[in-house]
Amino acid sequence: MTRTDRVAVVLCWLFAALVVVYLLTPLVVTVIVSFTSSTVYTLPPPDWSLKWYERLGRKSGLMDSLVLSLNLAFLSTVIALIIGTAAALGVQKGRFPGREAIATFVVSPLMMPGLVVGVALLQFFREMGLRDAYWSLLLAHIIITLPYVMRTLLASLQQFDFSLIDAARTLGMPYPTAILRVMVPNLAPAFLTAGLFAFLASMDNYPISIFLTDARNKTLPIRMLQYLEETPDPTIAAISSGLILMALIALMVSARTVGLNRMIQ
Amino acid sequence: MSAATEAAQAPPEMRWRVDPFVLLAAPGLLYLAILFALPLALLLLQSFRDADGHFSIAGYIEFFSDPINLAVTWRTFRVAALSTLLCLVLAYPTAFALARARGFVQSFILVAMILPLSVGVIVKAFSWSIVLRSDGIVNSALVFLGIVDQPIRLLFTETALIVGSANVFLPFMVLPIYAVVRQIDPSLSAAAATLGAGPFFRFFRVIVPLTLPGVIAGVAFVFSLAISMYVIPSLIVGERHATLSMLIARSYLFFRDAQLGSTISAILLLIAIAVVLGSSLLLRRVEGTRV
Repeated sequence: MTRTDRVAVVLCWLFAALVVVYLLTPLVVTVIVSFTSSTVYTLPPPDWSLKWYERLGRKSGLMDSLVLSLNLAFLSTVIALIIGTAAALGVQKGRFPGREAIATFVVSPLMMPGLVVGVALLQFFREMGLRDAYWSLLLAHIIITLPYVMRTLLASLQQFDFSLIDAARTLGMPYPTAILRVMVPNLAPAFLTAGLFAFLASMDNYPISIFLTDARNKTLPIRMLQYLEETPDPTIAAISSGLILMALIALMVSARTVGLNRMIQ
Repeated sequence: MSAATEAAQAPPEMRWRVDPFVLLAAPGLLYLAILFALPLALLLLQSFRDADGHFSIAGYIEFFSDPINLAVTWRTFRVAALSTLLCLVLAYPTAFALARARGFVQSFILVAMILPLSVGVIVKAFSWSIVLRSDGIVNSALVFLGIVDQPIRLLFTETALIVGSANVFLPFMVLPIYAVVRQIDPSLSAAAATLGAGPFFRFFRVIVPLTLPGVIAGVAFVFSLAISMYVIPSLIVGERHATLSMLIARSYLFFRDAQLGSTISAILLLIAIAVVLGSSLLLRRVEGTRV
């Protein structure tokens, strides 16, 4: 290693340290603010208190929004996992033209402007006569979750050795059993990772949902932004800290079962 | 076995019909075609029609003849480009550090990448608005270190928007670059050194070309997120520095002006489509030359 190399390595580590601090800043700030005793967000807080957590239950509509968001995220993720896995398998193994273009198309919703997708869906649903907010939201959230599933599954299937299935069939397993016993366990990490990221993306979506909600069906991000505009107090920080804790637990469980490096493939 | 032989012997169009993988792909692909591509295509068509339903680009002419709209478009591009650049500058060396790291340190950096993805954009943008306030910690630190005499205004500036948005998008830049960096064979660089290549030559002619696929993927993804972001600017800069997304929201949600809204939506949509197509062409070319 020359001196230039060593300097480069040190610089890389400095940047990595900076990036870690930069990325964790908003999370740490949120947790600290959630335990403050004051209504304004002074840092460091004048005194500690749990009152914003106690207020969570009394904040009107907050629990309804949390339940709605969890419901949408769960259902849209499950549906996306089913049709997304099937589609990824079909695109990967099927013999039809334009497979590369299709692979680009199915992940493209990740890069499309959310507000525009929201408006387009609103107008489309109106024309189709669908006015129910819950069903509109669910149909829209599948568009949010499906590309995450497709992206991860397409990458995993590319590395999956399909001759394993042939081997299982040679050993006497019927085709569906071979799929279930050989392919599904092999793809389990991909399901977990895709499911986790899809779930989080659905929970966090604001721009698409804003066009499809009504007074009774407000998702959590919409409710939170509304609170921030009306009565900004640290209750928002309290619920966010709760979500950070949930995410940390989910992340630790997946890291144990899958490994962090496989998760980000 | 017998079914497979039959399929192989059937005429081509029959084989097409019985390929079970096409059926498997159908629900997902049809879903996206009907509920994603079709509504967007209809919106795009709508922007090219006047009130009577005739083809017209009057909406676009009207939009671009207003200097305020031009300024907003330029600002949207500038902020997205600078935010992407900041992400790239921070992410590139970090990806190398991440690839060298082992054990606990690597896990820690990876958690720092993934955990923020689980925290909503609203919460992150909101924390940045706390951090960057005139009595916030950044200003206190600047005053304490003697860099400035008195607190400066950070919030409601473009700088704040770039810092806040790059923070949200940074993991999407680090992860794809890290994915290619970790696959680089370290002996390549050593081989180049043995052949007499200096460190700069090795970096720019050996390492950088190998990381290009990750860089292209990251830049395209972050830029497309940055150009259409809505929550972050509305919490950090508010109405003072409107972006195209905020104009869309305003024209639909407040003014109920669908004509203007569909024009701006179509502009943003065309930019996003250009980014998707451009990056996938570029990726194919880069990966093609490598083999």
